[in-house]
Amino acid sequence: MQSSFDAQNAAVRAICADHADQPTPLLPILHAVQAHLGYVPDTSIGEIAYALNQTRAEIFGVLSFYHDFRREPPKLHTLKVCRAEACQAVGGRAVWSAAASAADNGGDVDVEAVYCLGNCACAPAVQLNGHTLGRVTPERVSNLVAGGNQAEVSS
Amino acid sequence: MTYFIARDSAALSIGAEQTADALTSAAPDADIVRTGSRGLYWLEPLVEIEHAGRRVGFGPVDAGDVDDVVHAVANGTQEQHPRFVGRIDQLLREQGQQRLTFARCGVIAPTDFDAFVQHGGTAGLRAALAQSGQATIDAVKESGLRGRGGAGFPAGIKWQTVHDTPGAEKFVVCNADEGDSGTFADRMLMEGDPFTLLEGMAIAGVATGATQGYIYLRSEYPDALQTLTEAIDVAHRHGMLGSNVLGSGYGFDIEIRLGAGAYICGEETSLLESLEGKRGLIRFKPPLPAIEGFQAKPTVLNNVITLATTPTILAHGAATYQGLGINKSCGTLTLQLAGNVARPGLYEIPFGTTLGHVINELGGGSASGRPVRTAQVGGPLGAYVPVQHFDTPIGYEELGEKHAMVGHGGVVVFDDSVDMAEQARFAMEFTDIESCGKCTPCRVGSVRAQEVISEIVAGNDRESNAELLRELMELMGQGSLCAHGGMAPAPVLSALNHFSEDFGVHAPAEVD
Ligand SMILES: Cc1cc2nc3c(=O)[nH]c(=O)nc-3n(C[C@H](O)[C@H](O)[C@H](O)COP(=O)(O)O)c2cc1C
Ligand code: SF4
Ligand code: FES
Repeated sequence: MQSSFDAQNAAVRAICADHADQPTPLLPILHAVQAHLGYVPDTSIGEIAYALNQTRAEIFGVLSFYHDFRREPPKLHTLKVCRAEACQAVGGRAVWSAAASAADNGGDVDVEAVYCLGNCACAPAVQLNGHTLGRVTPERVSNLVAGGNQAEVSS
Repeated sequence: MTYFIARDSAALSIGAEQTADALTSAAPDADIVRTGSRGLYWLEPLVEIEHAGRRVGFGPVDAGDVDDVVHAVANGTQEQHPRFVGRIDQLLREQGQQRLTFARCGVIAPTDFDAFVQHGGTAGLRAALAQSGQATIDAVKESGLRGRGGAGFPAGIKWQTVHDTPGAEKFVVCNADEGDSGTFADRMLMEGDPFTLLEGMAIAGVATGATQGYIYLRSEYPDALQTLTEAIDVAHRHGMLGSNVLGSGYGFDIEIRLGAGAYICGEETSLLESLEGKRGLIRFKPPLPAIEGFQAKPTVLNNVITLATTPTILAHGAATYQGLGINKSCGTLTLQLAGNVARPGLYEIPFGTTLGHVINELGGGSASGRPVRTAQVGGPLGAYVPVQHFDTPIGYEELGEKHAMVGHGGVVVFDDSVDMAEQARFAMEFTDIESCGKCTPCRVGSVRAQEVISEIVAGNDRESNAELLRELMELMGQGSLCAHGGMAPAPVLSALNHFSEDFGVHAPAEVD
């Protein structure tokens, strides 16, 4: 275990060093850590605080403010479901319910609410592992979450 | 023979990639150009074909339709094909669209610099480089351009403040957070014609004396990030950015910064806090960002569309732009039509058309075929406008008189199956989730309001709870530090007052 922490910390240190020349680099660093490790482990907070000469409380405050940052390892897939008005107007509420209940029944998918993916003209919209999908139906979304449609999940 | 197919993320979300793949197999000799979207999303995936100088469209073309379309084109029977829609530029004109800001979007490949220049790109920046900063600012003022991000503040006056504020270092920050539901113009422009945004930012820099720009981009837009990143690189290689902008000796550079999923970071002071690596809490104003913005330096902070509109103003003259629109709403609005509507998409039209025209004539009414009941205009903090106000001309002051707003230009249509009490409750849920938490009326009021609406819906003391809800909205409206809490009563009150039957309460005596 210890060695994996060490490896993580070394990676975080390297990321901080990469961003040293940038003005106000905290958000880019948090994004880079999450891109590299899948999440921002609590153990990295001290490293980042040290590199930026800020307190751990300051780093933690920023980390916890934003919806995007995860403090736990993610599941294999991430499905962001738009819950905002333009999607609501064409059945988005049913899509959300279907995704949420499918997630409750297991499946290696984190289902997250988002408020607009900018795909409102092709609503209801979801984003699977960074790929935006439009005109989705409750059935299609249940399949995505259940992993029933592996082609789409891995696309 | 050249085929054009969008690589815009919305078009991709409904199969444009599969269509492009099918075309590659069906017409191996053809050139396939991947463009942004024309914004006619009911026709996406749209395939345009250019042959002997004529460019005509087919849509929607799914992968399965491709062979048929290619055959029709080969046989010269294309005009009889059921998916044939004719010339797209002609269709746009027939709709009354005037593509100024979006002139190139969907027409050229987004990161093809030569095509950008051939279609008029860099003319605005060259004009700005050839004259004084003051002359450029005067042109922006004369054009009447108002901020498209929401508040509608005159862009030229903001630039003047930055210009006049002394400081060795100044910044241009582009607000690309586009958090409003029902809006996608920023995304379309960044994915479809990113050089225009870069050009607009460079113009702002040259005019005000700023040498560094930042694009604060929301993380929900991974495709825009990719296109912008590539565009900045290409713009560097062609000398539009860097230490010697278009050979002028002026240096201007742009960096992209990614947001992290917080609606409130679209508010300008919160955005600056976030850019500085802090929690996105609202700053007190004054000082204005124009005076003390990013790192307390004078900062031009504008929306994507505001900035991307300045090249056309400088290239074609302020008067041309100012001559469009009505009253104090000049030029074109890049209106985004979405929700339950038959022809959702981007309509760039001069201010002054009515909501009814946009929704019923251009949009073709509801998608479901049921009667349209309302449209929410101007994002999640915008009012639900009832059908009886659909004759209101679209303009900042004109909508304001109806307690509604232009905002970022999003119009979300609902048919008669909508439950307005549910929409009102959702508005407060959203305000609650996305509140920055700095002030009590917004942080606590939005939670309390959800409870009160639930009480009304449950049938408990309906009339007195409706009264309580109105008082709470008044308090939030008056007592909130920023417009997130301050404007949030608009959707709730418009729902309660215009659609009181959904709450089971009496209509208020006067509703205007
Ligand atoms: C809660 C809230 C959210 C906002 N979100 C955005 C946004 O996503 N994009 C944007 O350009 N402006 C947004 N604004 C408006 C900005 O504060 C600011 O007025 C604008 O970016 C200034 O640029 P402009 O004058 O070019 O419109 C928001 C304002 C508020 C109060
Ligand atoms: S109104 Fe809401 S979002 Fe605005 S400052 Fe207050 S708590 Fe923050
Ligand atoms: S409202 Fe769902 S994508 Fe915009």
